[in-house]
Amino acid sequence: MLAAPAVRLEIQQLATELNALYAELIDDDRLEEWPDHFVSDCIYTVISRENFERNMDSAAIYCDSRGMLVDRIVSLRKANIFPVHAYRHILGPTRIVSVTGALAKAQTSYAVLMTRTDGRTTIYNSGKYIDEIDLSGERPMFRSKIAVFDTNLIDTMMVRPI
Amino acid sequence: MTDTVVLAENHAKTTNGTGRRVPYRVFTDPEYHTREQEKIFQGDNWSFVALEAEIQDAGDFKSTFIGETPVIVTRAADGAVHVVVNRCAHRGALVCRELRGNRPNLECVYHQWAYDLAGNLIGVPFRRGLKGQGGMPGDFDMKQHGLKQLRVGIVGGLVFASFSQNVVPLDEFLGPLVVEHIERIMHKPIKVLGDQRQYVHGNWKLYAENTRDPYHASLLHLFHNTFGLYRSTQTGKALMDTEKRHSLLYSIAASNDETADKQAYGDSRTFDTEFKLQDMSLLKGRQEFDDGITLVILAVFPNLVLQQIQNTLAVRQIVPKGQEAFELVWTHFGYADDDAEMQAIRRKQTNLIGPAGLVSMEDGEAVEIVQNAIVGEQQATSFIAMGGGRAEDADHLVTEGAIVGFWDNYEKLVGFETPQ
Repeated sequence: MLAAPAVRLEIQQLATELNALYAELIDDDRLEEWPDHFVSDCIYTVISRENFERNMDSAAIYCDSRGMLVDRIVSLRKANIFPVHAYRHILGPTRIVSVTGALAKAQTSYAVLMTRTDGRTTIYNSGKYIDEIDLSGERPMFRSKIAVFDTNLIDTMMVRPI
Repeated sequence: MTDTVVLAENHAKTTNGTGRRVPYRVFTDPEYHTREQEKIFQGDNWSFVALEAEIQDAGDFKSTFIGETPVIVTRAADGAVHVVVNRCAHRGALVCRELRGNRPNLECVYHQWAYDLAGNLIGVPFRRGLKGQGGMPGDFDMKQHGLKQLRVGIVGGLVFASFSQNVVPLDEFLGPLVVEHIERIMHKPIKVLGDQRQYVHGNWKLYAENTRDPYHASLLHLFHNTFGLYRSTQTGKALMDTEKRHSLLYSIAASNDETADKQAYGDSRTFDTEFKLQDMSLLKGRQEFDDGITLVILAVFPNLVLQQIQNTLAVRQIVPKGQEAFELVWTHFGYADDDAEMQAIRRKQTNLIGPAGLVSMEDGEAVEIVQNAIVGEQQATSFIAMGGGRAEDADHLVTEGAIVGFWDNYEKLVGFETPQ
């Protein structure tokens, strides 16, 4: 159900800002701060549209706790070997799909551009975020975030969150 | 010099000393790539194309590739599995343009030539012309113009196909060891959990090496080593079929000995006792096999890897894209009778494998750093000698024997000599 227009605008503003901050933390390589914007028993999934639309489980990344998000980042810093690269998120407008109590559902299109050390920038991944945002606390946090990607062919590997 | 002398000299160059040498040009020269399509992918070999579970019902189809040739795998009304080249017999258009689906027959959109699911031509619009004009010539025989049909073989629900009429039967091509280990994993009905597709900017043979290489696994992949999922100190084996085409690597994680392992790996980057997980649920699985084996990498020549890593099960299909890239298609599966907890375990452990896999993502980078370093190289060779440099089985994991086996077969099929 949709909230009254003024409230809805405010929720949209909060959701847009949350997504912008989310993208900024990843793009600026402030990955250690990135899990702070999820509730502790969150869901974070990066899954191909091919699997998502067939209701298949197999995801590139599937985390069901904030701890798993932290582990992904620690693994990136300490364990994984990957080509040096940076992301740039380009976000479309965030649309509030529904608001139930203090939980907002929202959708946002995204494109992630990747720049490697040779200086070339490519479209690495594009898709949409399907978010559940918890508005009950001091600041909005993701209860769940599903990145459904169209770019079915993952270039080389995926180490950074989308 | 005669060709025979050149060949003998080249052979000596690639086998001298203790160890195998492979000229880097096989990864970059398009001439080898062309010969591989003919001698390997369209030659006397079997290539993996699908899991039977992907084409469960009559009319189900999947489009994929053998080497670079597009093919369609279908399930006909009588339950038989067919593999045909995805190219209209008329003027060469793709007949099937979707990844998968279900259809009563196959129809080319260009001129609507229609084929049954076995590839036989069943319809040609305006075949007899319109109003007495046009139409196909009188001697046009529908039976002569079907889709190219390949031989099909199935072992343990894995579908293979071959262009060759001379290739040995699939069971024989795989050999008893490979069949045994396919059947070990495929011992009951499976359920496909999804696909992951990875594009690697390197030659496909670098991945064939990578999956026959127990030496790298604990040195490149810190996650494997630190959490004891795989270590070269584990009890395990590196075995091959009698032809040395295929490679079976397996290990038993229960054999870990933290004190001895710490000594073996010393200050290795990839043995990091400081690295702890906040959420250990990722590594909580179940023992599924009585033999205690926790890791199986079964590399089947030329284009398949069947794997078990903890509770993740998958096939990886290698699809070459020119000589400098390949696509790796991971199809993840569980068993049809998995309970809710097992489904949750597999879902979570999928984090370990695939293009974003905590223990597997580095392989993409490993392939690319080789490809980037050998650009334009005509003379230099690699040096493969760990474990003795011969295609021999090992009852340990400090060997590159199966890589040598791959190259021995490659030399027989394609040859290392510089193309004329």
